Amino acid sequence: MSSIIEVQGVSKAYGGVIANREVSISVKQGGITGLIGPNGSGKTTLFNSVVGYHPIDAGSIKFEGKEISKLPVQEIARLGLLRTFQQTRIYGKMNGIENMLISLPHRKMSIWDALKTYSRADYEKADRLLEFVGLYEKRMLKSGDLSFGQQKLLEFAMALMNEPTCLLLDEPTAGINPTLINGLIERLKRANSEFGITLFIIEHNMRVIMNIAETIYCMAHGEMLAQGTPDEIQNDQRVIDAYLGAH
Amino acid sequence: MSKNKIIFYALILAATFIAPFLFPNFGTQLATMWLMIIVALTWDMTGGQMGYNSLGNIFFYGTGMYVAAVISIGLVYDVGDYTNAAGGGIYAFTDAQYFSGLLLGVVGAGIFCSITAVLIGYVTFGLRGPYFAIGTLGVAIAAGELVSNWEWVGGGQGIALPVYPGDLDVGKIFFYFLFAAIGISVFVFARWLYGTRFGAAINAIRDDEEKADAMGIHALRYKLITWAMAAFFVGMAGGVSAFQLIHFEPLESAYQTINLGIFMVVCVLLGGKGTLWGPVVGAVLFHLFKEVTWNYFLGWQWVALGALIVVTVVYFQDGVMGWLTHKRPEWFGIKVEAKVAGETE
Repeated sequence: MSSIIEVQGVSKAYGGVIANREVSISVKQGGITGLIGPNGSGKTTLFNSVVGYHPIDAGSIKFEGKEISKLPVQEIARLGLLRTFQQTRIYGKMNGIENMLISLPHRKMSIWDALKTYSRADYEKADRLLEFVGLYEKRMLKSGDLSFGQQKLLEFAMALMNEPTCLLLDEPTAGINPTLINGLIERLKRANSEFGITLFIIEHNMRVIMNIAETIYCMAHGEMLAQGTPDEIQNDQRVIDAYLGAH
Repeated sequence: MSKNKIIFYALILAATFIAPFLFPNFGTQLATMWLMIIVALTWDMTGGQMGYNSLGNIFFYGTGMYVAAVISIGLVYDVGDYTNAAGGGIYAFTDAQYFSGLLLGVVGAGIFCSITAVLIGYVTFGLRGPYFAIGTLGVAIAAGELVSNWEWVGGGQGIALPVYPGDLDVGKIFFYFLFAAIGISVFVFARWLYGTRFGAAINAIRDDEEKADAMGIHALRYKLITWAMAAFFVGMAGGVSAFQLIHFEPLESAYQTINLGIFMVVCVLLGGKGTLWGPVVGAVLFHLFKEVTWNYFLGWQWVALGALIVVTVVYFQDGVMGWLTHKRPEWFGIKVEAKVAGETE
């Protein structure tokens, strides 16, 4: 399998703090790749670099073979590389359906398409995906009134509505009720297998990430520490040390 | 559309047609009320629906006046000679020249203002929140100062346009219907626009522009188009105003930032930001309030106006429509639906 995202020697510093030091990662097309590491190890910084939230100091980031490290957020999003936020971001004043409809992929629309009203197919797609994440019953509620976990699910559904080729998920299970997590694991796998979306996931919940990812990268202190299959990572002494605080 | 709605709209249309004949002494007042409705509805396109509070929409009103005047004069005479004479020379317009100049001038003003909205927006839409408001205000003020020093368009004296050919009372009704036609067009246009995917996208920009960016919405493109659409109607309204006022000058009547430029914002706040009917209701109420205070409390009219603004901003932020939606949600089809089977909580 070829890689869809190719990160080569990326460095990023905030003033004197080096958040990423020569990080390299390759995300396989059509697969599920995980990114773990203790708090403050630079995972979200790397995500932000990939989706264009800030300029990087050095290195190269390619998406489908195209250099994207100099592109702004919206242009990267329009290439089909989407991210969800660690702190969920939904349109709180609108209901679930409206949130979904807004997320239709505008990159696939001409301005004339955008000036059409929503079609029946749009509504059906919104309903189907809301059902997929288990929010169908709550679709008419103001989404700002949903619980944090439900908002995360809604944000995930919105991302799917946008038909991305690759989706970067920042801690999809954080704040979600443990009983819902199993369902979410199932949905992430199905999003990958049924919709063919490449997933790149930051996750603190080891049970989740070991369960779904084929390849896992582990970061610590802004550097790439290890990579491998879930088994290899679980048995890597450096990873264990990083998590337990040994030096 | 439900039967009630059709009756409701038919009544409003009927009232629009009857009003100038019913109150013949208030022809110009009623025309100004439609002007208020136009500028309020267009202001709400960016301010209420897209979250960009422009204080510079008056720029399109003033520019519309000048463009319409220059086009209608330029079709017949040399504009420099005409303005240089300051009404002193003999510059006659035939009926055909007057009306063709008016039509081309007003439409040209709309198109010209749309183009300038895109150009100015390209720079100012980089600004957010209050900075956008102040930035656009700056554009309007600067334009007024520039135009008042531009002799070719009459400088500080402004331009005197030909008077409506024919009976002046008929003229008043003529301008009333021009404003009403633009006003109804804006309303119908906005009603359609807010129901499209485009309308939802500008709402998304209002609620969380960063999220909209991250979802790949063409934020800048949509912002420019929205402002250009608003500018088109404001420019046309400005063009009609130029012919209605006959004489206008740059600072007090064209680029009148502290009058109409602020009134349009107050209309929207009073009626309810981000709603279709809010700007209309607000404009009508505001115009009534303004005319009553200007007539019966002369000397205190600005104090009354200031008090209205303060009360609206501090105690009545949702405006009339927001308040009604809160008090009478059933009027707006917001009903508490029976719980869906299977839902537990």
